[in-house]
Amino acid sequence: MAQFRLPENSKIRPGKTYKAAADAKDVRSFRIYRFDPESGATPSVDTYEVDMGKCGPMVLDALIKIKNEIDPTLTFRRSCREGICGSCAMNIDGVNTLACTRASSEVKGDVKIYPLPHMPVIKDLVPDLTNFYAQYASVKPWLQTRTPAPPDSERLQSKEDQEKIDRPSACILCACCSTSCPSYWWNSDRYLGPAALLAAHRWIIDTRDEATGERLDALEDPFRLYRCHTIMNCAEACPKDLNPAKAIADIKKMIAERQH
Amino acid sequence: MAKRERPLSPFMHYRWQYTNTLSILHRLTGLFLAFGLIALVYWLVALAGGPEQYADAAAVLSSPLGNLALVAWSLSFFYHFLNGIRHLFWDAGHGFELKVARQTGWATFIGAIVLTAIFWTVLAVQMGGAA
Repeated sequence: MAQFRLPENSKIRPGKTYKAAADAKDVRSFRIYRFDPESGATPSVDTYEVDMGKCGPMVLDALIKIKNEIDPTLTFRRSCREGICGSCAMNIDGVNTLACTRASSEVKGDVKIYPLPHMPVIKDLVPDLTNFYAQYASVKPWLQTRTPAPPDSERLQSKEDQEKIDRPSACILCACCSTSCPSYWWNSDRYLGPAALLAAHRWIIDTRDEATGERLDALEDPFRLYRCHTIMNCAEACPKDLNPAKAIADIKKMIAERQH
Repeated sequence: MAKRERPLSPFMHYRWQYTNTLSILHRLTGLFLAFGLIALVYWLVALAGGPEQYADAAAVLSSPLGNLALVAWSLSFFYHFLNGIRHLFWDAGHGFELKVARQTGWATFIGAIVLTAIFWTVLAVQMGGAA
């Protein structure tokens, strides 16, 4: 059943405020979710005032500045700072996105930053993605074949066939889509979610793959696939402009069509 | 040391976009229409029960609250109907591009209001003509 309220240990209490220096000119407030597993306290939202005149344009720049100059205990994942690693996925201004590709100036008012929604929090902005990765692995995201490979070449495909899997292969597994999906919030124990299903679809439509039937069999389930109700939060959230909703609809269509 | 259970990150603050808003509206209107069906059955039973029972039912439904419910039911019907067509196209694999999804979403929302207005205008004109 859908649960709308946070459990007792997850309720947010008011946090601390870190004032900007008196000579700061362009001050903006960053309201950031904090949870310290070692303190025994429930999560809080701390407010950091940042001098934007001395800060890079992206939300990730502000987070790094806060960690370096104001509060070294602030914890978040980041790596490439150019939208290709997917580490800094978080909920900024109410929507899931990458901190490195979202400019602070795109946000009106205080910049509110939370971890990816409805996930167990390890610390601050770091969610536990174990289940998310396990779901990705469950769709067997690798080439499966029955026939022997050609003796003198790789398994080839046409340019057109390659183009079909070109876009979904750009998925960086940041989990922005899955954790934006209300269906995933309430059924992530049994519903695979947009990211894993986009990956499943990428292998189903791969012309070199020979396990299409088994792949569809594995998805033909009221929960694993059909908890998708075409809400489309996933496609709105994807920082790589991919469309998991369309991929899921295509899987449903293929399952429906093979009945005849 | 006993392992503390990890807190669940907040989710109810997720921004209301056309995607989740229209989706929840589809569900709520569907639920509301189910109650409308009960009202329809009530009206039909009253119709079969003779002039006196029908007069009672007509009085209930033409009261201000009854009128409001009827308008809400017609609006729910048109919204659920139009968004149902949107779902039909999605099931056939069409209309997933964000621009198209946004446009059809607005068309559904505005279309439901316009159809409700036309429905009640036509009804009012016809009833006015009959009187």
